[in-house]
Amino acid sequence: MRNSAFFAALFGVAILVFGAAKLIDNPYVFFAGYVVLQYIVLSTGWNILGGYTGYVNFGTAAFFAMGAYSTVALHKLVPEMPLPIMMLFGGALSGLIGLGTGYLTLRLRGTFFGIATLAMSVVVQTLITNWSFVGGSRGAYVVRPDTTSVFAIDYIEYLFLLMLGLSVIAVGVARAIEKSKLGYGFATIRDDELAAEASGVPTLRLKLLATALSGGFMGMAGAPLPYYVTYLDPASGFSLSYAVNTIAMPLIGGTASWLGPVIGAVLLGTLQQVATVTISSALSLLIVGVMLVGFVILAPRGIIGWFAPKRGKGA
Amino acid sequence: MELDFNLLGNALVSGLLLGGFYAAVTVGVSISFGMLDIVNIAHPAFIILGSYIAYIANSTLGLDPILASILAMPAFYLLGMAIYHIYDVSFERRGDNGLRGLAFFFGILFITEVTLVLVFGVDYRLVEASYIGISIHLGPIDLPLRLLVPFGISLVLMGGLHLYMSRTFIGRAIQAVAQDPLALRLMAADPSKIKRIAFGLSLATASIGGAILIIIQPVEPSIGRDYIGRIFAICVMGGLGSFAGSLVAAMALGIMESMTSTFFGPSWSPAVSFGFLLLTLAFRPSGLFGRA
Amino acid sequence: MSEAILTVSGLGKRFGGFVALADVELEVRKGERLGLIGPNGSGKSTFVNCLCGTLRNDAGTVRFNGRVLDGLKAHERTRLGIARSFQLPRPFTTLTLAENLRIPLLYVVQARGTIGDIDRRCLDLLDMVGLAGKAHHLPTDLTQIEMRKLELARAMAAEPSLLIADEAMAGLSHQEVDDILALLMRLNEQQGVTIIMIEHIMRAVMHFSQRLVVLVAGRKIADGLPADIVRQDDVVAAYLGS
Repeated sequence: MRNSAFFAALFGVAILVFGAAKLIDNPYVFFAGYVVLQYIVLSTGWNILGGYTGYVNFGTAAFFAMGAYSTVALHKLVPEMPLPIMMLFGGALSGLIGLGTGYLTLRLRGTFFGIATLAMSVVVQTLITNWSFVGGSRGAYVVRPDTTSVFAIDYIEYLFLLMLGLSVIAVGVARAIEKSKLGYGFATIRDDELAAEASGVPTLRLKLLATALSGGFMGMAGAPLPYYVTYLDPASGFSLSYAVNTIAMPLIGGTASWLGPVIGAVLLGTLQQVATVTISSALSLLIVGVMLVGFVILAPRGIIGWFAPKRGKGA
Repeated sequence: MELDFNLLGNALVSGLLLGGFYAAVTVGVSISFGMLDIVNIAHPAFIILGSYIAYIANSTLGLDPILASILAMPAFYLLGMAIYHIYDVSFERRGDNGLRGLAFFFGILFITEVTLVLVFGVDYRLVEASYIGISIHLGPIDLPLRLLVPFGISLVLMGGLHLYMSRTFIGRAIQAVAQDPLALRLMAADPSKIKRIAFGLSLATASIGGAILIIIQPVEPSIGRDYIGRIFAICVMGGLGSFAGSLVAAMALGIMESMTSTFFGPSWSPAVSFGFLLLTLAFRPSGLFGRA
Repeated sequence: MSEAILTVSGLGKRFGGFVALADVELEVRKGERLGLIGPNGSGKSTFVNCLCGTLRNDAGTVRFNGRVLDGLKAHERTRLGIARSFQLPRPFTTLTLAENLRIPLLYVVQARGTIGDIDRRCLDLLDMVGLAGKAHHLPTDLTQIEMRKLELARAMAAEPSLLIADEAMAGLSHQEVDDILALLMRLNEQQGVTIIMIEHIMRAVMHFSQRLVVLVAGRKIADGLPADIVRQDDVVAAYLGS
C-alpha cells in the first residue's frame, strides 16, 4: 500500500474510533481512550529508535515530561497559545534533547546509550524539581477550560482528538520509514554497524535522526498532559511507569514493524486502564513488568511474530 | 560567600565515607558489567531487596543488619546463578543480548520494585543497631558510626573480593572470561559456568550493599533508581571491572555529592552522579584512568 | 603504465605501545590485481581498516584517485569507490539476501546518480554469484561459502573502482576457492575493477596477483612480481619458511 493510501486508511480508522467513542457517550471513554492513544504515540516513537535501530532508550519519561513541562511554561508565558502549537514546541524541545544526548553518546556501544538515557532522565528531573517557574517540587496547576474557544467542543474530547491525530501521524510516519531507504538504513544499524558503514550508510547521522524523531514524538505526546491532569508535579511527570510501559508495549507487540507497538499499546494500555480501576495501579504495573520479562524470554518476536510467516523458509 | 572550613571539612569527610559505601554497592556491577559485559541495571533493585531483608531480620528477630545480610548471601548467590542461567539461555546464546537483554533486566528492576511497594508500601523503613546514632568527634570533624561502620565493611568486602579474584582459580577464570576466552579455554574452564558463578557472586554483594545502605539511610522501594546512575557512573569512571579504580571514583563522587548537598542543597545531589555519568560517557568512556 | 588509483605514503598506526603499521608506502594502479600477504598479526587487517576508514591512521596519508582520504568516514570512502569484504562475513542478518544488496545500491549507487530498477539489479548481482535462487532467504540459511559470496556481492553492489577482498577464501575447499577466484578475475577483466586481495592461500594469491606486497610486523618488506618475491630470502624467512 502506498503511503498516501495508508494515511487515508489510518484516517478512516481514526474517524471510526472517534465515532464509536461518541456513540458510547460516556465521558470516561474519552478520558481512558486518551491514555491509550498517548501510549500509541509513545511506543511508536520509542520503536523508531529502539525497534528499528536497536538502541534502547530508558529515558522516555524525560522526553515525555519535557513536552509536558514546556506546555506548563508556555501556559504561564502565553496563555492564549493554541495547544497544537504548544505540542510543536514540546516536540521540538524533546527532539533537540534527543539530538544532544545522541550526539554525546551514540558513538559508543549501544548499552552505554541506554545507561546514558537513564542518567539523562534523572538529570532533567532534578533540573525541573529545582526550577520554581514551572512549580518545582510542589508541582504546577493548569486550568483546563470546559470547552474549546472556537467550536465549543468538550475539552476532554478535544484532547482525545488531538492525541488521535498525533497517533495517526506517528503511526503513518513509522510505517513510511519502514518501507523507505531510511528504514533499510536503520535496519543495517541494528544488524551490524561496521558493515553498514562499509555499505555506504552514514550511521551516526541516521542514529541522530532516529533519536531526534523518537524524542520529538514523545515530547509531542507529553505536551497536552498538563491540560489532561490539570496538576503536574515531577514525581508523576517523570514516573518510571512511562519508561516501562513504553519499552514493554513494542516488545510485547513486536518491534519489527509499525503494527507491533500499536498492538502492544492498545492491549497493555486498555488492560491497565481496566486493572487500575478494578484492582490497583501498582498491581497493574506489576502485570506489565511480568509480561515484559515473559515476552522477551519466550516470544522474542512479540505478538506479531505469532502471525507473521517466518521469512526465508521456502519463500 | 565566606567559606566555612568546618563545614567544608565535614563535607569532605562524610563524602569520603559515603564514597567507600558507594564502592561497595558498585562492586557487584564491576563484576557483572565490567568483567562479564552484562548490563544488569536491576542490580540496585537487588540492593534494595537486601535492605528489606536486613530490615525484616532486624525488626522481627532483632538481628544485626550486617549479620543478617551475611546470612542472606547464599540465597542471593543462588538467585544470581538462576538469573544468569535464564539470561544465558534466553539471550546470550541467541546472540540477542542487546535490546532484549537490556529490557529483561529493566523488567526485573521494575518487578522487584513494584513487588516491594505492594508488600511494604512506600513508607521509609530503617533498622536499629547499637552503633547507629553514635559519633566520634575529632576536633571539629564528626565521624558518625552510622557512616564509619559501612565504610569499614566496604573496605573488607572490596579487599576480600580483590584477593579472591587474584588468588583463586575461579577468580582468575572470571577475570579471563571477558577479555581472554582463549586463556579460559586453556584453563579448561566452562565459560557459562564461570559466568554463572561470577554473576551469583555479583548478586551476593548486593545483600551486603543493601544492609549497609539501610544503616546509612532509611529506605523505600524506589530509591534504588537513584543508585543506578551512581553505580554505573562509578563503574565507568573507574574503568570497567577495576576494583581499585572504582574505589577512587566512588570517593571522588561521594565528595562531590556531599559538597553539592552541603553548599547547594540536597535536592541537587542526584544530578551530580548522573551528570557526571553523562560527561564521562561523552568524553572519557574508557574511565578516568583508562587508556583514552 | 596506467595512472595510480591508490597512493599510500608513510602510513602508521599504533595501538597503545604496539606499532601495528609503520611507514607503509604503496601505489596501486588502475585495473591492477594486487596480492597482499604476511604472517598473522603482520598488520594486514589494520592496513585494510585504515584504507577503508574503519580505523584512523596516526601517520601518513592515503590518496584515492588523487583525493586525500584522511578524516573521511568509512561510508564516505565507500561512496568514493572503495569497497571491501570482511574477513568474517558480516551480513545484515534480519534482511533477506536481496535486501542486503539493496543497501549499497540505495546508499552508494543511488547517491551518485540515477539508478534503474533496484530489484532487477539485486537479482542480477545475486545471479552473478550464483545465489539468485535464495534472494528472499535470510543470511542465516546460508552455508559458509554462500556467506562469502554474499559478502563479495554486497561489496560489488557498491560499484567500486577498488575492491579489497580480505581473506575471502579462508576455510574454503579447493573447488570453492577456484569459484571465488574466477569471480574476482571476471570482475577485474570485464569491469576493470582494481582488486587488492589479502590472502593466506598461496596458490590463490600466486594465480591471481600481478604484483605481490609483503607485510611483516607492520612494515612492507617486499613489493614486486610474485615469481620474484617468493624467491626473496627475507620473505621466505619471515613468512613462507615459517
